[in-house]
Parts: sequence; C-alpha cells; structure tokens
Amino acid sequence: MDTLGAPTGRGTLARLVVLLALCALTVLLPAASAAAQEGESVRGSLRGPDGDPVRGVTVTVTQNGKDVGEDTSGADGSWEVKLPGPGDYDVELDLNTLPNGVVPRERGGETLEGVTVSPDQQRAVIFPLVPPSEQTGPGQDGGETGPPAPPPEPPLAERFPDALLGGIEYGAVIAICAVGLSLIFGTTRLINFAHGELVTIGAVAAFFFNATAGGPGLQLIMAGALAVVVGALFGGVVERGLWRPLRERGTGRINLFIISIGLSLLLRHVILVLYGSRPGSYTDYDLQQNVEFGPFSAAPRDLSIVGISVLTLVAVALMLQRTRIGTAIRAVSDNRDLAESSGIDVHRVVLVVWILGGGLAALGGVMFGLAEVVAWDMGFKLLLLMFAGVILGGLGSAYGAMAGSFLVGIVAHLSTLWFPIELQNAWAMLVLIVVLLVRPQGILGRRERIG
Amino acid sequence: MDFAAILASACTGAIGPIAAAYALAAIGLNIHFGYTGLLNFGQVAFMLVGAYGVAISVSVFALPLWVGVLIGVLCAIVLALLLGAPTVRLRSDYLAIATIAAGEILRLFYRSSAAQPVTGGVYGLQRFADDFYALNPFSTGRYGFWPFTFAARDLWVMVLGWGLVLLATVFVYLLVHSPWGRVIRAIREDEEAARSLGKNVYSYKLQSLVLGGVIGSFGGMVMVINTQSASPDSFDPVVTFFIYTLLVLGGAGRVIGPVLGSVLFWFIMVFLDALLRQAIGTGYISPNVISASEVGAVRFALVGLGLLLLMVYRPQGILGRKEEMVLNGR
Amino acid sequence: MGDNTTAAGALAGVATEPGVTKPDPILTADGVSRSFGGLVAVDVAHLELQRGAITALIGPNGAGKTTLFNVLTGFDRANSGRWTFDGTSLSGVSAYRVARNGMVRTFQLTKALSRLTVLENLQLAATGQRGEGLFTALVRPLWREQEAQNRQRADELLQRFRLEHLRDAHAGTLSGGQRKLLELARALMVRPTMLMLDEPMAGVNPALAQSLLEHIAQLRDEGLTVCFVEHDMDVVMGISDWVVCMGDGQVIAEGPPAAIGTNPAVVDAYLGKQHGSPPQKESP
Repeated sequence: MDTLGAPTGRGTLARLVVLLALCALTVLLPAASAAAQEGESVRGSLRGPDGDPVRGVTVTVTQNGKDVGEDTSGADGSWEVKLPGPGDYDVELDLNTLPNGVVPRERGGETLEGVTVSPDQQRAVIFPLVPPSEQTGPGQDGGETGPPAPPPEPPLAERFPDALLGGIEYGAVIAICAVGLSLIFGTTRLINFAHGELVTIGAVAAFFFNATAGGPGLQLIMAGALAVVVGALFGGVVERGLWRPLRERGTGRINLFIISIGLSLLLRHVILVLYGSRPGSYTDYDLQQNVEFGPFSAAPRDLSIVGISVLTLVAVALMLQRTRIGTAIRAVSDNRDLAESSGIDVHRVVLVVWILGGGLAALGGVMFGLAEVVAWDMGFKLLLLMFAGVILGGLGSAYGAMAGSFLVGIVAHLSTLWFPIELQNAWAMLVLIVVLLVRPQGILGRRERIG
Repeated sequence: MDFAAILASACTGAIGPIAAAYALAAIGLNIHFGYTGLLNFGQVAFMLVGAYGVAISVSVFALPLWVGVLIGVLCAIVLALLLGAPTVRLRSDYLAIATIAAGEILRLFYRSSAAQPVTGGVYGLQRFADDFYALNPFSTGRYGFWPFTFAARDLWVMVLGWGLVLLATVFVYLLVHSPWGRVIRAIREDEEAARSLGKNVYSYKLQSLVLGGVIGSFGGMVMVINTQSASPDSFDPVVTFFIYTLLVLGGAGRVIGPVLGSVLFWFIMVFLDALLRQAIGTGYISPNVISASEVGAVRFALVGLGLLLLMVYRPQGILGRKEEMVLNGR
Repeated sequence: MGDNTTAAGALAGVATEPGVTKPDPILTADGVSRSFGGLVAVDVAHLELQRGAITALIGPNGAGKTTLFNVLTGFDRANSGRWTFDGTSLSGVSAYRVARNGMVRTFQLTKALSRLTVLENLQLAATGQRGEGLFTALVRPLWREQEAQNRQRADELLQRFRLEHLRDAHAGTLSGGQRKLLELARALMVRPTMLMLDEPMAGVNPALAQSLLEHIAQLRDEGLTVCFVEHDMDVVMGISDWVVCMGDGQVIAEGPPAAIGTNPAVVDAYLGKQHGSPPQKESP
C-alpha cells in the first residue's frame, strides 16, 4: 500500500541512476576489449575423438603471411577470430597446444589454406581431430567437411567417476549461487531474475582485476576476493537503491518479478557492451595436469573449486544456525510479520541477505569462470539451473537449495554419459519439471496451509 | 543525420511483419497474463512449436503448408496441456519457472545434433513457405506511400500477419466480454473466490493456456513464414521478455493493448537502432563509446531499462487506468 | 419455543453432548482428521448440523475451526474421514463441486474480486451459465437472455444488501464492511442450500455487525441453513440456534447458546487449562 515512507518518484530515479553508474563501474573495462558481434570472422568448435570439446588450443589466422588474429578455444571448444574484411585467409591450428592423444585426422591437416570469407559471413571451419593411431597421410581421406571417425568410447565404468566428479563441481558452483537466490526469496518473496547477472558481475570483475590488458593484473585469488567484495556491494546497492524503495511503495510481487527481468536484461547487455561477446579465461590455473586418485582424475583447479564451495556452504549453514543474524534471517524467512513484531529489524536483515547473496553469487561466478570460461551471458545460462536447484529443494529453503543444486549439477554431467553434451542443461531442467509433477513443494519443502 | 530515413524505417518497422508476429504472440500472452493472471514465461515455446510445426511438415515430410499450420496448432495444444496439467495448480512463481525452463528445454532439444535430421539442428530449416508466396496476389513492385512503402512480398506477409491479428483481436474481444471472460478475470483476481463460487478453476486455466498458446503459435508461424527460415536460436527466452515488455507497454488486460504495444515497441526498437547507427556513422557518437557492432546490445539494454521503468512508474501501460493497478498492488 | 416450526424449536429436545444426532441433519461428518506435519489440527469423531438452523462453530484460536471449514468445503484435504451433505457424499470432492452442490462458503479475509465491478462479482456467481463455455461464449445469442435474467437477480440482491449505488464500482474500492455484504450477496447468487461463513463479523463495526446478523437471521427464516465460525461468544449468543464448540481439533461441547456459555468444557477451553492464570474475556 502507498503509505508512510514512500519515496518520491525523483528519489527512485536518482537511485536508479546511481545504480546504473555503479553497475557500469564494476565492470569497467577498456572499451577496446569489446569485441564485435557482427562483421566477418572465422570460427569453429574443436571436438576431440570422443566428441568432447577441446579447450586451450590456439588457432591463428593469417593473410598473405601476415598475422590477422588468433584465439584459444574455450571450455566448449569454440574459437573465433575476427577478420578485417572479406577475403581469402589461411587458418592454422597450433599443434603444440593440442592435448596429448589428439592429432589432426590427416597429416598437415592443421593448416587450412585459402579459406574464402564473403562479406558479413561468419565462416565456420572444421579441424577433424582423431587419436594418433587413426591419422592418415595427406589427401588419403575426404576434405574438411567429412565426419570424424566413430570414436572408440572407453567403457562406462571408466567414464562414470569423471562425470560424477564433474557433476559435483558443477553442482557446487550452482549451489553457491543458488543459496543467495533462495535466501532472497525466503526473506522478501522476490524471485530475483537478475541473480544470474550477479554471478556474471563476479566473474567479469575478477577477470578485470586478473586478466584485462589495462587492469591491475592481480593474482586470481586476490582478484577473486575483490570480485566477491564487488558482488556483495552490488547486491547491497541494488537492495537499497531499488528493491527497498519499491517494497515501500507497495509494488506487487508479480510486478517486482517482472522488474527483476528488466534489470536482468539491462545488466546483461551492459556487461555485453563493456566486456564484449568473446569468452575469456583467467591467467592463473588455466592449464593444469590432472592428478589421479583411485578411479578419479581431476585438475587441482577443479578439486579446489569443490573444496572452496563445500567450505563456503558449510560456513553459510553455520552462520544460519549459530549466529544472531543467521537466526534473524531464518525468523524473517519463516514469518516476516512475526519477526518484525518481535523486534527484528527486517530491513537490516534483508540488506544483509542481499550483501551475502551478491557476494556468494560473485564467488560462484569466479569459480564458474575458472571451471569453464568467463562470458557475458554465463550467469543467465546458470540462472535456470539455479532455479531448478532452488525449486527442487523447495522454494525458500536454503538447505534445500544446496541439495537441489548438487542434484542438478550431477544430473547434468551424468547425462553426458549417454547423451550429447549440448543437452546436459536440458536434462537438468527436465528433472525440475518431473519433480514439480510428483512433489511440487520440492524435496525438502513443506506443503503450505490454505486459508 | 538523415532523420527522414530514420523515421521512415521506424514506421515500416512498426507495421512490418515482425511487429504483427509479436502482436499475435502478445495477444496470446495477454489471455494468460493479462486476463487469467497466469505467469507464463514460456510463450516463446508456443511460437517455437508453431513455427517448427510448419517448417518440419513442409521441409521434411513434404506436406502442404496448410497441413503444417494444423500440425503447428496441434503441437501448441499438446504443449499447453503437457505444461499446464501439472503446473497450473501450483503457485504462480512455480508456473513462471517451469514454463521458462520448458521453453529452454525445447529450444535445446530442437537445436541438438540428435534432432538434426528432423529440425535441422542449429542450422534450422529453410524455404518451406513457397506455397504461401505462390498465392501472392500483389505483382512485383513497391506499394504504399512515404514512410510506409513495402515490397510486394512483405505486403503479402503483412496481409497475413495483420489479418490474423485482427481475427485474434475480435476473438479475444468477444471472449472477454462474455461470461467465460468474466470467469477467467475472476481467477486472475482471486482463484479461491472463483472456486468457492463453483467455478472449475483448473479447467479454465488450462483452456486459457491452450487458447493463448495457439494464438502464440500463429505468431511463431508468421515469424518464420516471413523469413522462410526457422532456426532454434531465434526462439531465445529473450523473445518472451520482449513480449512481456510490449504487452505491459500497451496495457495488459486490454483487448487492444498487445497490438498497440507491439506497434509502439517495434517503432521504438527500429528507431533506436537506426538512430544509433546513424549517430555512430556520422561521428556524433564516438566508436570508442559505442561501436556499430554494439548497437544490438545497447538496444537490448534499453529494452530492459524500459521494462524496469515501465513497471515502476506506469505498470498499467498506455491504455490502463491507474486505479486498476492500485487495486492490483496488494 | 418448543414447537417444531422454528429451527430452535426442532432442536429443543436434543441432548447437549458432543457428536449428538440431530432430528434433521443436512451435514453429517464422521472421523474427519487433518494434521500438518505431525500437528493434529482437526480430529472430529462425529458431527451433525441441523437443516434450516443457524449453527455457530466456536472455539479459541487454533482450535481447528477454520481447518474443519476448509476440509468440509473442499479447500483442504482431509487425512481421513467421510462426510455427506444433503444426502450426497462430499468427502474429498473438490471445492467448486462442493459449491455447485449447494454448500457455499465465504472467507475470513474477504475475497472481493477487485478489478471486477460489484455487478460482475454477482453475475459471476450465478450457476449453470451457458456463456461460460469456451465456444458458446463466442455466440452471444446463446446466453444473452440468461445473462439478462442473472443481471436482474443480481440487482435484486444488491438492493437487498443496499449496495445498488455501488453497482458499477470496482469491488476493490469498497470498504471492509461493504465487502462483507458483497461477499454474502455473491454467495447467495449461487442459490445455496447452506451457507458456510468464516468469521463474518471479524473486523466489522458494531452497526454493520448488527445489520449482518439481521441478514443472516432473515436468510435462516427463508429456509437457508447457516453455519458460521466465530470466536467471540457474545456474537454467538443472540443469533444462533445451536452452538458447537471446538478445542484442540475436537468437538468438546454442543448445545443451545444458553447452555453452552456455562458448559465447563467450554469455559476451560476459552480460559485456558493452566491453573492460576487470570481469567480473561476473549476479545474480538
């Protein structure tokens, strides 16, 4: 209801401007790094013999012997080199950056000469990759469009541990991000559609501190810590500058939800303009040798991500259970009116939840960027999985969100044992819909009383 | 800067085939969101199944176009029932998340390599509307007057698109001014009250979802018939957000709201696009601030900002009455 | 009193014990229970409500009155139990079918359909409307005449409840008291045989409360059965023909209003069983 304390329209507008300015500041990167979305380019997606993406491979484009540009394939195996204009180009794959056990299908196949790019074309080229035993001499096999030889798959039992570990890592990252989403929903009943952008802001801020050409070039741990501070501040500013005034105006729940969609669109594309459409990687811990333990093998980077996530989740749980503010958060989630009448400063609790949620989302973003790549829409892609985790666990239950997120991550990765990797998120979301069918209140949720 | 040219392209954008396609999708969403209060965030999924219903029937199974249209409608009905049966009983938040997830699931499956033999995978399907263009009564040339001039082909798609918009609008007008419309509006206000008065809320919600979904699927069909190309990535969740934006702009819960909203939305979108490009091209905006390739992103950001400001300052849209929105605020 | 022409008279000889049988019950419930996560909210062994009478369902907060109401009207699901209304079993029947069977409820917090006009609120409630089908809705001649009849009946009800001057106002603009009247009028539009009113007097000023009570008594005199939930004993005394008192989910006492006020079980329930606590009057 429009009652006491309703801010004037101008006040809200001023806050909005501040908000925008801040969101611009947090992702301030040299405009030069912004990549073109249109215009000519050569691109491709590197797939190993087993169909998995091959990352970290350098591709160089030259024209008449002069370097035009190069790119390194991201976690999804994709790479793209922008071209100055249409024409004929030579595209070469750097054999030294190929992982062990992977070679071009034909000897000399690392170089593609005379690739013609027409105006405004994004020319896709394919480097077929095979195990060394299957390499053929030049000219013996088909051209660049031939399908790769059917991969000899290792048995399921061997691939299962890796997929499980990958799923736990993915789930841990989702859980870190989703806990904040769940706490925000619990205390304010807002479904924060812009939560994915909090994740992206964290990842991009760390990228700025760590890897941007004109940036401070901090070591990733330092950069990540700063990114978490940026994320927490941003969360607090959004709450103080936007959501609290709107709540005080008595804006309806559905309207708030749609406003968060508008905010999400706005932030995402501001990030796109400032950061660019090209995925990037941090300078530290990028290429690592796997360590083996029992049936598992993983890079130390991935193990650290799981470790840090689990520690963070435990810390959040302890905070909710043991501290005064944690008790207050749970009380507000349980019954806002009752908490308010028993002397809890609800505004303060909600502010803390936003700061916490923003910081956790930023941390999740840094780790997601480390595990895969930093990209302008990474948070939005993660958002639906966060929702899936939150709803699986039961809307508003923080512990449920953690459990649900792990389930989502594990389902996504295990699905790749039988189905194409491109569908892994689809299966995870399908689980959400199936759970809604059989247990709408979620795994740990309670049925609500009516009337 | 050539303001005449900017204005001309904005005007053609406002009444072009794309605006008609979005208007149709928004008319469907208006039944869901504006009249029944269903938070469907997967309207793009209905567009997708409608579009691919046509494209696959014609391209892959070589069926006539009109059969494809029927199949598209059928797909929309099946999707609405599959999606609605479990979720319309749940709280509105759940429906919103389930529908947006369903839209993404469909898009991912349609674009997957496994589905490529049928859907064309990421490349999609092309040239399936030749039947439709063969019927074009306009002979080649340009029609209309400044600033509204169109090629014969565009004009023919516009006749189809706006014809469907007119039909759908009349249809919705008749429905919402009937006892049926009164029931769904009552459900929007308070579904328990409607239930206490003997209304089968579940059935009405499903009817609403099916109806709006079918109208949305026509939006998808017009969209791909216009380009003669159906590709999964043109059915991104952002499309649904656009539809919400223009629906709120025109006025949700108003018969003419989605049509007015779509025309205005596309006028603004094309206007901004042309203006920014001209400003960059003529050096009014330094390419260091915004480069030509970033215009798309800037435009999207402005849509987000617009949606945010609209919901904050004028949630009832252009046509709505403030009084009604206040009633909705509790 | 003492004759069988009034509801009170018909109930005159009935014993004042929980779960007693009535001469002409319209609603009979057996073994109805509902629990929330281990907490038993309702556990009613047997309950009968007399046709044509005003029965008040009283009890302290948390006694399970509203939960029982929700269960009987199909708005909540019972864990177990059977109940019949007017000879038809309504156990587990969904809310809208309960209403169509003639048992219509109102809500403690009034549910005015804000963005519908007052007239539309009433028109909506008419049953058997031909224009409510998706396809028939498109053909106006099929339902134009029925719509006119319903509108006329709605206008009569608006006059009866003195709301005619608000006919075309949005229901959301009505005051709290006007909403109570609107909700009652709307419920009558369904042509119920039994009205279930959930705290109709809550949050209503004394003058309007008096007027509501008169309306309810008049409806009873016209042959309607009324059951209402109330926790204020004073309200109950003047109007009801029979009082059922609940405590901890069970029916703990039944009887005519005069007898119930002095019933030790009721006094216990209202004053709390903790000895030594100062007796308090239940305030609305």
